[in-house]
Amino acid sequence: MSDKPSADFLNRRRFLGAAGLAGASVALSSVQGAAGEAGKPDPLITHVQDWNRYLGDGVQSRPYGSPSKFEKDVVRRDVSWLTASPESSVNFTPLHQLDGIITPSGVCFERHHGGIAEINPADHRLMINGLVDKPLVFTMEDIKRMPRVNKVHFLECAANSGMEWRGAQLNGCQFTHGMIHNLMYTGVPLKVLLDEAGLKPNVKWLMLEGADASGMNRSLPIEKALDDVLIAFAMNGEALRPEQGYPLRAVIPGWQGNLWVKWLRRIEAGDQPWQTREETSKYTDLMPDGRSRKHTFVMDAKSVVTNPSPQAPLKHKGRNVLSGIAWSGRGTIKRVDVTLDGGRNWQAARIDGPVLDKSMTRFYVDLDWNGQEMMIQSRAMDSTGYVQPTKDELRKVRGVNSIYHNNGIQTWLVRASGETENVEIG
Amino acid sequence: MSRLARLLIIALLGGGVATTAVGPAGAQQVASNVAGKLGLGRPALPEEIKAWDTDVRPDGKGLPAGKGTVKQGDAIFQEKCASCHGEFGQGVGRYPVLAGGIGTLKADRPDKTIGSFWPDASTVFDYIKRAMPFGNAQSLTNDEAYALTAYILSMSDIITDENFELNEKSFTSIKMPNASAFYEDDRDTSEKHFWKKDPCMKDCGPPPKVIGRAMSVDVTPDSKAGPKVD
Repeated sequence: MSDKPSADFLNRRRFLGAAGLAGASVALSSVQGAAGEAGKPDPLITHVQDWNRYLGDGVQSRPYGSPSKFEKDVVRRDVSWLTASPESSVNFTPLHQLDGIITPSGVCFERHHGGIAEINPADHRLMINGLVDKPLVFTMEDIKRMPRVNKVHFLECAANSGMEWRGAQLNGCQFTHGMIHNLMYTGVPLKVLLDEAGLKPNVKWLMLEGADASGMNRSLPIEKALDDVLIAFAMNGEALRPEQGYPLRAVIPGWQGNLWVKWLRRIEAGDQPWQTREETSKYTDLMPDGRSRKHTFVMDAKSVVTNPSPQAPLKHKGRNVLSGIAWSGRGTIKRVDVTLDGGRNWQAARIDGPVLDKSMTRFYVDLDWNGQEMMIQSRAMDSTGYVQPTKDELRKVRGVNSIYHNNGIQTWLVRASGETENVEIG
Repeated sequence: MSRLARLLIIALLGGGVATTAVGPAGAQQVASNVAGKLGLGRPALPEEIKAWDTDVRPDGKGLPAGKGTVKQGDAIFQEKCASCHGEFGQGVGRYPVLAGGIGTLKADRPDKTIGSFWPDASTVFDYIKRAMPFGNAQSLTNDEAYALTAYILSMSDIITDENFELNEKSFTSIKMPNASAFYEDDRDTSEKHFWKKDPCMKDCGPPPKVIGRAMSVDVTPDSKAGPKVD
């Protein structure tokens, strides 16, 4: 018995339906163009629409769901001129198209140094060696038998906004601020794993190492390792995505993304840092005097208005929602101020949703816009009293060649047309 | 259900419980034997540690037995590295420049290379051994990694004798020009003024002017195909 019409039958019905409306369709599009005009009824309301008449796809037609086809532009984007090859490169989270505080798994920015390692979890091993009582090897099965916790944290690349040190460069908050995502992680506290191996008393640093083709390795101070570091196998309730280190990655709350080693295969305990490529030649901050800061792990408080922004201009006069995100590697977000006049006058934004430790926090300003030009900025304050500095205040200390940790206040210029630009003001 | 059948089921269930009880009871026993530990994982074997523990520290810890000269490194470099890094380490396309730039770190456009910037020679060996050549990682022998490190350091005149043999003993004699120019994160003190009690909220300065525009730089991907205002 078939209680389900065949595809052909459905198509024919749709075709006939369309033909029946053909005469009206010209008029329809003109009415659509004038939708909202006083006195003219909206055909989207007065005509029965296809989706309102014909059956949609049944259950299991999409065993793993994806966003609507009308959301196809909500994607990660890259800047091809930034790097030599796509295997050692970065792309950017579309912050201007997202809301709330949790980044959807499929649009979390990617940074790889040797491409995406594709590892069968049955073939994955985690070794702990070095200054331990008992060097150990764990399987994923072992790790999933350990006590686990759930934590929401942002991961920001230390180079986020790194192109903007000398002034406005990239016209979109996806590109200026999109090396960040915020997820709920499920994992085992690193302390639990270390206790299994037993740390020697002279351990001061750990080295985390990835199983990818770059063999990514970073040194991590033992105090942080024992404080809040997780070894995570899930993000947003499901297994890590391959791009995010499936099956196992480090979560180092509030600290620069490069430390969050993906495809984590080994943890070595030692008594001094290893001085790996990524913590010497990269992720050190060159100062104007020619010397460099090292071990600049913590991400300073930062915020950005995601809407409006160059990729998301204002479309309507009158009521609008100004929206943005703030975060701090030192704690929680206490307050976010927003200015519409380039920093002369500020108002406290409305924070909505969970305010969590070392997590993105969402803010809004419900805005009436009469078409005046605006210079929009946001300024984050965290639970330690740190206030997000202007770009000039940062440059005064750090010059323009430190690449990393650019947490300066961003300015968007909104023109009378609603068009929005990344600008530098002074 | 008959009484017999019920008895059988009870017996089976009982047996089942008895069997599975070995697991948890055993685990608890292991846990109590090692003072609060979970008893998960197994000992890492020496061969396994040797296979993965290739990292090298500035004090030479982790350096394997092996050797290579600048001259030998030159030949290997031209064959396996020059296609990305250039014959003289000058870099092809956007692949990393390996040499030059010494004395430029205070310049407006500093040139950060192994020679001008890297504080430790051990990093060169560690990175070559784990990640190079790009796309064929961990394919080099220890001798090749020593020879390549020697050749790359010679590009910046850190090693000047082309017959110099780099090995696990001579390694720590290498001094990098920029070694002393790194210091611990001092933001808590040097940027203490970013911790402000009451940031200005009203009439905070003269009206600002636009002094730079990303649109005039015009390096944004798809900027021409960006969203339109209706």
